[in-house]
Amino acid sequence: MAERLVLCCGNPDRGDDGVGWSVAAQLRGMAVPGLRVVAMRGAAAELLDAMNGEADVVLVDAAVSGASPGTVQVIDCAADAPLPALGGASSHGFGVAEAIGLARALGCLPPRCRVYAIEAASFEPGSGLSGSVAEAALRVAETIAAG
Amino acid sequence: MAGRMTGRRTIDVDVLARVEGEGALHLVIDGDELRRCEFSIFEPPRFFEALLRGRSYLEAPDITARICGICPVAYQMSAVHAMEDALGIVVPEPIRLLRRLLYCGEWIESHGLHIYLLHAPDFLGYEGGVEMAKDHPEAVKRGLALKKAGNEIVRCIGGREIHPVNVRVGGFWRTPRKGELGALIPTLSHARDLARKTVRFVGGFDFPDVTRDYEFVAVGGPGEYPFNEGRVLSNRGLDIAASEYERHFAETHVRHSNALHAHRIGHGAYLTGPLARFSLNSALLSPLAREAAAEAGLGATCTNPFRSIVVRAVEVLHACDEALRVIDAYQEPDAPFVDAPTRAGTGYACTEAPRGLLYHRYRLAEDGTIEAAKIVPPTSQNQPSIEDDLRAFVPDWLTLPDAALRHRAEQAVRNHDPCISCATHFLRLEIERG
Repeated sequence: MAERLVLCCGNPDRGDDGVGWSVAAQLRGMAVPGLRVVAMRGAAAELLDAMNGEADVVLVDAAVSGASPGTVQVIDCAADAPLPALGGASSHGFGVAEAIGLARALGCLPPRCRVYAIEAASFEPGSGLSGSVAEAALRVAETIAAG
Repeated sequence: MAGRMTGRRTIDVDVLARVEGEGALHLVIDGDELRRCEFSIFEPPRFFEALLRGRSYLEAPDITARICGICPVAYQMSAVHAMEDALGIVVPEPIRLLRRLLYCGEWIESHGLHIYLLHAPDFLGYEGGVEMAKDHPEAVKRGLALKKAGNEIVRCIGGREIHPVNVRVGGFWRTPRKGELGALIPTLSHARDLARKTVRFVGGFDFPDVTRDYEFVAVGGPGEYPFNEGRVLSNRGLDIAASEYERHFAETHVRHSNALHAHRIGHGAYLTGPLARFSLNSALLSPLAREAAAEAGLGATCTNPFRSIVVRAVEVLHACDEALRVIDAYQEPDAPFVDAPTRAGTGYACTEAPRGLLYHRYRLAEDGTIEAAKIVPPTSQNQPSIEDDLRAFVPDWLTLPDAALRHRAEQAVRNHDPCISCATHFLRLEIERG
């Protein structure tokens, strides 16, 4: 299977913002050949660095688009598709969407790059994932693992 | 819309972009007169001082680091210096140098981000860094490379880039081997070249021709451009130890902000940060940084807040130079930290966060438990001066249409790189015209 890098963004101490890290934990448990999984906060500079030189990148983050909690949007970044408001825990508002925007502008977006944006219900500090978001995390992990 | 305005205009920036945290700006304009100007911080209060009570003195650096993801080193440095003041600990030269190096890393990454992604778009006419990157990719790449270089220093000494885990009262949990620091030299040498280019790049921007008669307050003293140590100085004769800070400065609550406003008792608003540090200490910059500052048109002092971007660039260059000097001078210490028995007492410290003076005071019980803590971050000290900037400048901008006026006002706030998360301890902008 071709190499893929999965960058799971968020903050596990901030309610549903931890959904990226939950997907990372499940993917690691599945030990999928060719899949490298990294859990990170999702600051733009850190993401740009991680994506640099990669051919196939999958990003996972919480989203706030107004859809019902647990809704999963899959965005093909190479197609110049707009991104919903993601995560939101990064400083100065520089997170996943800005990293994709900068990578597009700087010509360093990986040839294949998709974002799994999972609609969050709550960012309450210290609380776990909401039920529908936890279910979505499992579905997203299975989808990514299946390629 | 141009020419003389009549009626009331209200200009609101609901959530200020390109600053850390959540704040707003509200301007009320009646005809040709600015009636009200409020820079309010609505990020909720965070009560760090209260949650430090009852914790061990050893926990203060790691707890206070959580106040900010951009300047955690500043919080750690003020915390350890204040604790060492309380406990009578004097650190040896290698530890002192490592702390300067760690601070260099934070200044490089924080200033690098602000210059290129937050502030430069204002001067070049872009909505933000992403839009600017399309036309100025090399500039944005420079900014990202500088940020990365700063992060590498913090990771090397602090254990990780954000909220470092290796800082300890008395020193560090582990000190780096000489070779580990040596591995940073190629990155920092390249960063120094990028910093030199940065001073030239921002020095060529078009700046509004304005000045302000600030009282500048910064750490300073003979010998070194300030990071960790020195007395608290001002350009109006203040020269005090950190322990005297609260006799000269006070904080008050204002209705429109969750951050306290600080003033110098008997004097009023003052400014901390790059303009203050530079204006009080420019003779102490590295020769290369001094030369670059002069080439960029800076004199010995700078009272135009829009030129703060140039001063930040000069400070990045100085920090790269200083980091390389420290790495060259570093000798591995015999022990990673100095230990001392706990005792009851109070400790004070002021250090220079990227955005300005950061004051900490702790009262300890005999067993080292924190009984009381006080933290005064730079943004709450700068809030009154930020509002005064707007009061001084906005009357000359009243003929501008609302959108242009709003942008100028936001830029004036961003001149000071406010860190609102720290201060609550920025921006809805409302402009009311009448």
